[in-house]
Amino acid sequence: MPQSRDDTELKILVIDENPLRRAIIEEGLREAGLHEIKLVSDMNGLVEKIYSFDPDVLLIDLENPSRDVLEQMFQVSRLVRRPIAMFVDQSDGPTIDAAIDAGVSAYIVDGLRKERVRPILETTISRFRAFDRLRSELEETRSALKERKIIEKAKGILMKTRGLEEEAAYAALRRQAMSTGNRIADVAAALISTYNLLNDK
Amino acid sequence: MPEHVRNEIHAGFIPLIDCAPLVIAAEQGFDAQFGFQLRLYREVSWANIRDKIDVGAYDCAHMLAPMPIATALGLGRTTAPIIVPMALNLNGNAITVSAAIFEEMLAADPEATRAGGMNAVKALKRVVDAHAKSGMAPLTLGMVFPFSSHNYDMRYWLAAGGIDPDNDVNLIVIPPPLTAENLRSGRIDGFCAGEPWNSVAVSQGAGRIVATKSQLWSRSPEKVLGVRAAWAEQNPQLLDALIKAIIKAGQWLEDPRNCDQAADILSKPQWVGTTRDIIRNVLSGTLERGGRLAVNKDPELVLFHSHAANFPWRSHALWILSQMIRWGQVREPFDLNAVVEEVYRPEYYRKAAAALGISVPHENMKREGDYAVTETASSAAKRGQSFFGSDHFDPLHVLNYLEQQKIRSPSIDLTRFKGLNASH
Repeated sequence: MPQSRDDTELKILVIDENPLRRAIIEEGLREAGLHEIKLVSDMNGLVEKIYSFDPDVLLIDLENPSRDVLEQMFQVSRLVRRPIAMFVDQSDGPTIDAAIDAGVSAYIVDGLRKERVRPILETTISRFRAFDRLRSELEETRSALKERKIIEKAKGILMKTRGLEEEAAYAALRRQAMSTGNRIADVAAALISTYNLLNDK
Repeated sequence: MPEHVRNEIHAGFIPLIDCAPLVIAAEQGFDAQFGFQLRLYREVSWANIRDKIDVGAYDCAHMLAPMPIATALGLGRTTAPIIVPMALNLNGNAITVSAAIFEEMLAADPEATRAGGMNAVKALKRVVDAHAKSGMAPLTLGMVFPFSSHNYDMRYWLAAGGIDPDNDVNLIVIPPPLTAENLRSGRIDGFCAGEPWNSVAVSQGAGRIVATKSQLWSRSPEKVLGVRAAWAEQNPQLLDALIKAIIKAGQWLEDPRNCDQAADILSKPQWVGTTRDIIRNVLSGTLERGGRLAVNKDPELVLFHSHAANFPWRSHALWILSQMIRWGQVREPFDLNAVVEEVYRPEYYRKAAAALGISVPHENMKREGDYAVTETASSAAKRGQSFFGSDHFDPLHVLNYLEQQKIRSPSIDLTRFKGLNASH
């Protein structure tokens, strides 16, 4: 996305306790040609960090309770340039809705033109969404791995107790799953717990 | 953003004891009883609540009483008007200090410290002076939001004790779930927050409760139902049903037979999420203050229904405005009564309460610190109504009242307010 020289000099502060999301946002902003980025993870001394960096745009996730700390800071600010919550500008409804959906909020220095801020917001929103996708993929991978282990274990029990070959053991699990309308992993888990119960494990 | 289905009301809340009326309305089926479904969304910051109401993601919310007023004055920089058709509770706040500061207060003035309330600030004043004299950094005290009764309670309490909240201490915002940890680490020396967070700090050994809101100002304003004005206009019947359901929930909460069940429900992680015992103590008016202090038994620790707890008193709103002016949050003159009449809307509450056969105050304002309109002067005198250790707040003469406050923001010019508020 093309940026005027002016825009690349906007100072952006990202407050996020999640290291992975922080990295993803930073990468996105740099790709968009923005270089003056400061990342903050620790909420202690937050106020001092903001004073010293003096950002034009401040990004913080909606799950962060420190938003209320910022509100106070901007009320009694020693800063000449008071950032204000982006939600103020109702004329940009779709961006605001998208930001709330993605879970991000922004504070923008008063007087900064909307056109200059929109690319930053859009980048951040898409990065928040990318992070969510990544996180759900990770969770799926994790549970898939866990299920595979359970099925392996159930197969082992069938092979041991009924003298089946590996392929036949798997076929038995699958048959049971189909006839009861359950997932193979669920049948395997039930088998393991029954086996443990009968063998007093 | 949540999709709206017919007869659904979307409301945001913060995990605090006084979100209880909304939670109980949903959990005990008072919403269904009045023909709607209440969808509740747990939030982590008041800023989120304010912004999501502003954009219409929520129709209404559990709100700090000063928030809708701040919106009307353009202070939070949001634009959608919010009205207050009812209050959710009275009282429920406390002021807690760290174990270390408590010991210093005890050493400075043991009687005042043990008595608590308005007395305790006398001990704190001596601690603050001693710190200043020996060149130590000023104490850091926390509250929850710039537009909160907690901010004004803390400031009022400090100023009444001769401590200037803007110059003698460092007053900051701290999210309530972080208070205990920050007391322990010494990053804050005390805080004012709603329950259960004071009790949580005490139970973890980090804090000592030195004042409760009912000691400072009995039956004082706390949370309100903040409603997006545009939504209220378009959905008068739904709003009426919501007010009725919350009234029923408040009555249910005050019935001692429901105390255990209420604690069970509220302690669930999707609601308040602190331990059941702490919540049961708060609901039953039992406050462990910590530090070898006697347990405080106070049936008015938090009120959800009785003593006209749900009535949106315009005198409460005027007091809040007086504090916004006092501490320099608003400097440009405005018409006090006009703002209050626009935001605090007792007509909605009166209509719903009357339909339920509940008696309501005939007046919209009362002298705060006198007796409640719903009871006689003599029974109030027996109870010893209190208003920050002074006599009362007269909502008809707010500017006179402000002139009497010795400690206030030097930036305000009360004479400029006189023009638009000749009667005050």
